[in-house]
Amino acid sequence: MTTTDRPTAPKTAFWNDPVKRGLALQAGLVLFVVVVVWAAFNNMSANMLARGLTFGWDYLGRQANFAIGEGLISFAPTDTYGRAIVVGLLNTLRIAVVGIVLATLLGVAVGVMRLSSNPLLARIVAGYVEVVRNTPLLLQLFLWYAIINALPGPRQALPVGPGMFLSNRGMKMPWVEWSPALWPAIWALVAGIVASVVVAKALKRRREATGDAPPVLPIAAGLILGLPFLALAAQGFPATLSVPVLQGFNFSGGVELSPEFVALLLGLVLYTAAFIAEIVRGGIVSVSKGQWEAANALGLPAPRIMRLVILPQALRVIIPPLTSQYLNLTKNSSLAVAIGYPDLVHVSNTTMNQTGRAVEVILVFAVVYLTISLVTSAFMNWYNGRVAIRER
Amino acid sequence: MIRNFVLAGLAASALVFGPTAAEAGRDLDAIKARGTIRCGVQGPSNPGFGVPNAQGVWGGFNVEICRAVAITIFNDPSKVEFVPVTTQSRFPALTNGEVDILSNNSTWTLTRDTGVNRFNFPAIVFFDGQSVMVPRRLNVTSAKQLNGATVCVQPGTTTELNLADYFRQNNMTFRPVVIEALDELRRAYDQGRCDVFTNDFAALAAARVLLTNPRDHVILPERISKEPLSPVVRQGDEELTNIVAWTVFGLIDAEEFGITQANVDQMATTATDPRIRRLLGTEPGMSAALGAADAGYMRAIIKAFGNYGEIFERHLGTNTPLGLERGLNRTWTNGGLLYAPPAR
Repeated sequence: MTTTDRPTAPKTAFWNDPVKRGLALQAGLVLFVVVVVWAAFNNMSANMLARGLTFGWDYLGRQANFAIGEGLISFAPTDTYGRAIVVGLLNTLRIAVVGIVLATLLGVAVGVMRLSSNPLLARIVAGYVEVVRNTPLLLQLFLWYAIINALPGPRQALPVGPGMFLSNRGMKMPWVEWSPALWPAIWALVAGIVASVVVAKALKRRREATGDAPPVLPIAAGLILGLPFLALAAQGFPATLSVPVLQGFNFSGGVELSPEFVALLLGLVLYTAAFIAEIVRGGIVSVSKGQWEAANALGLPAPRIMRLVILPQALRVIIPPLTSQYLNLTKNSSLAVAIGYPDLVHVSNTTMNQTGRAVEVILVFAVVYLTISLVTSAFMNWYNGRVAIRER
Repeated sequence: MIRNFVLAGLAASALVFGPTAAEAGRDLDAIKARGTIRCGVQGPSNPGFGVPNAQGVWGGFNVEICRAVAITIFNDPSKVEFVPVTTQSRFPALTNGEVDILSNNSTWTLTRDTGVNRFNFPAIVFFDGQSVMVPRRLNVTSAKQLNGATVCVQPGTTTELNLADYFRQNNMTFRPVVIEALDELRRAYDQGRCDVFTNDFAALAAARVLLTNPRDHVILPERISKEPLSPVVRQGDEELTNIVAWTVFGLIDAEEFGITQANVDQMATTATDPRIRRLLGTEPGMSAALGAADAGYMRAIIKAFGNYGEIFERHLGTNTPLGLERGLNRTWTNGGLLYAPPAR
């Protein structure tokens, strides 16, 4: 019988087969990670046992007995360590969110200004960027804190606006006193925002179809400000304004931005904005000159060229490094411990000190920072996908 | 603050990755093998208690306690390595083995002694109480007038907890400003960020020395807590605990028996009181029981630093910038609380 077998290729050794080799390497890596984690966990258990330490989360429910200077939710020494950590977390989120918004606005403005044809302006902002980028953030925080603390005391506070006082106790401002009667106004505000989005989309469609539509901005402003105003007016303005009054050691009433918060915010915003400015500048420079010339030829004025032609294209270059800056700002906010702003790390450190639960507390803030960073990244990646070039 | 991160991280990672701890007596063995004691003191400095001089050599009340222990162990006061720690980093540093002993005004409390920390407080070296300091111009005469005040306080201290207790007990509210670095906190108070600075009385006296105008600040008379300050060591090495305890007791006994830096040599040879002869090693036995390096260890300590009272007066007393009265820190024979068990 004649064999009709086709000549087979010589059998390759598995380490020369890229697929099998890849699988083997990956399996090896997984094994390595598992062993390291297992060894670390085992060693931790042995060490903790040897020192009579136990691992557990019961401390979160125990009474904290210390006070926290400021927070978005109330905190008394009789509350638990768990609540203390939540207060710290909210303080971290507060500084991160406000900081990211302000740093973005300032950074974009500075980045654009650095490209200005006005040499004075361009050099001033270049000076700011270079000085701030090249000095340690911690040093800057100490500087801002010292400057704010050097303001006069509350009894000699500087009146900086109607009902607004600046002193070494921070910035005091009038604030609407909370009452349930404010709910309709809040819902009206939400409704206004939703309506604005709907209207803006409809107008955009109309503009694309007919080339003509009324401008969106005044309509949106009318909806967002007007609806809550109507809601309040319908109830006969139930809100009362709480105005800061000097009483005893300090002002009472109104809302306060503490010196620690202001110093940390100033430090983080100015520092991060300098980096963002460079990223924005790089993004703008990366858009080819032809785009400017083409837009010019169409007769668009310079601000609209920037807003409609250049920035949308620059965004593709800007967004990925911008994400890292947002993450940096959030993580840098842990420098708050140096100037006494009660952020997550600050409160956790105290908790660790009082309870001795080093491993558990470090785990908590590692997981929290990781989560914040991953959520920020996920959002920015989604946004990056939206502004990326769509091949048509 | 950064250091604190590092230490906290180290404390955690030492537990995760570090070697498993050895048997009892391990700390003293490790100290002897290394040839120096690592002594944690309040950083960057704490006037009177522990301050490095221009050459970087540490001096002060807490520092001499560590040097005395070094004489007991090595018969050499220079065999100490001083490690500055903060209120937040001190306990992780001790747990972790970065220091062998803390001599930094730590208060002896139940949870620090037992709990998860598991430390030993061998002997009280200073009986203190928490007080508050206010600017003179506020015309405050009692801590009970401080409702609504902003208070500068160090984190991770008994002070921080007592403060909350005190205001709660008196139905008052306060606003804490909590900064870990003592010099940064003092600056905040000095600049007027806080109405009140609270700490142990002796620590306040030390802080006041460093304010821009020390005379513009008063320390109110109330003591809102008991603060027995002691060196701290890890549990599990009773030999080291004993050495620290009996070194301190020796200093207290020396004052009680009237042994001073000036007369210690003469006392050692001529004294007939058996208690003095045992303490100074003229009659042998005690040093071997304790495990001291030399039979005359107390004689060497007193020769170097004097008795408890002399150390106190030299660094903290009325002729120093701190200007502290002996108060509770007199020997029991003079109406104070210093009372050493018999060395026999």
